[in-house]
Amino acid sequence: MIIYGVAFLAFCTLAGIFIGELLGKLIGVPANVGGVGIAMMLLIFLGSYLKKRGLFTGKSEQGVEFWSAIYIPIVVAMAAQQNVYGALSGGPMAILAGAAAVIIGFALVPALCRIGQKKADAEAASPLPKAPR
Amino acid sequence: MYESLMKVITGYSLLSGFAIVGITMWVSYWMSDKLTKGRLHGSAIAILLGLLLSYIGGAYTGGQKGLVDIPLFAGIGLLGGAMLRDFAIVATGFGVSVEELKRAGVAGVLALFVGVLASFVAGVGVAMAFGYTDVVSLTTIGTGAVTYIVGPVTGAAIGASSDVMALSIAAGLIKAILVMVATPFVAPYIGLNNPRSAVIFGGLMGTSSGVAGGLAATDPKLVPYGCLTAAFYTALGCLLGPSLLYFMMRGLLG
Repeated sequence: MIIYGVAFLAFCTLAGIFIGELLGKLIGVPANVGGVGIAMMLLIFLGSYLKKRGLFTGKSEQGVEFWSAIYIPIVVAMAAQQNVYGALSGGPMAILAGAAAVIIGFALVPALCRIGQKKADAEAASPLPKAPR
Repeated sequence: MYESLMKVITGYSLLSGFAIVGITMWVSYWMSDKLTKGRLHGSAIAILLGLLLSYIGGAYTGGQKGLVDIPLFAGIGLLGGAMLRDFAIVATGFGVSVEELKRAGVAGVLALFVGVLASFVAGVGVAMAFGYTDVVSLTTIGTGAVTYIVGPVTGAAIGASSDVMALSIAAGLIKAILVMVATPFVAPYIGLNNPRSAVIFGGLMGTSSGVAGGLAATDPKLVPYGCLTAAFYTALGCLLGPSLLYFMMRGLLG
């Protein structure tokens, strides 16, 4: 049933965000610590576990897939409620500070990718001989 | 007639939200097809339209929530609010490859730290260029460039003045908006086309709404990878801002 998928997604989201809130309290920061990320992990791992057991079938999957497909319209709705006017009226310094952060961020993506790749290749290469099939 | 129409539209606000966003999407994909021959993705145009409408809404009402401050469009607030946004982002995780995540894990964590630090340095640099010298203001504006949540959180913790906090929020908002707008254009040049680079991108940029929008406009398949790391960014910023970054600034500038 489709509702099983929607309910499962809701459970994962709520649980993840709850854990994120608790982590925030624990560390002492007034922010949710990775709630969405934790929720996603729950969905991935619980989902594949249930699938293996045959408890999560095609119909249930549709309940998750719908929300995944509706993601872009939701992002458009999110864009329509950003405080664009407020941000632009913050003046040249705010605009430049934000822009500088973005430019540096973009520039660092290829640099970090290279570092990541080397490490990842080494990691990916090493476990192979240990586990022959 | 008008009254009845408004009653339906505001009473069934979420449904009007679906209808309005649906029309926006249709117009965007039509524009993408006819005006750019598909070169600029329809979702990128839709996000640009959304931001433009939000500017108009903000200028018209003077409120802080863009288009949503106009009662006619209140449903968009529900549709694009934190609850459904997080719900949909988590749902995109369903197609994620665990292997890809594992391979990008270390680089993602590194990207988070580098991202917070780099944004902070950029923000502080600009603030210095504009003549700020005191440690509290510099730190607050710098953390604003991390995200628009980290700025005021740090500012409140170290006692910044309210106009400096407003500036730091504005810097963070600009960052979120720019990431949304610029990512699809920059993506081909920085190799943002695979899960690993998306994880790193999410960690470097970190602004959840910016990453969510920017990746959606670039390639929806990359969304879960970027959003997964971005989810930890604001918290890391809130953790480092009033502590390590502030002490670092105090050590450097006395």
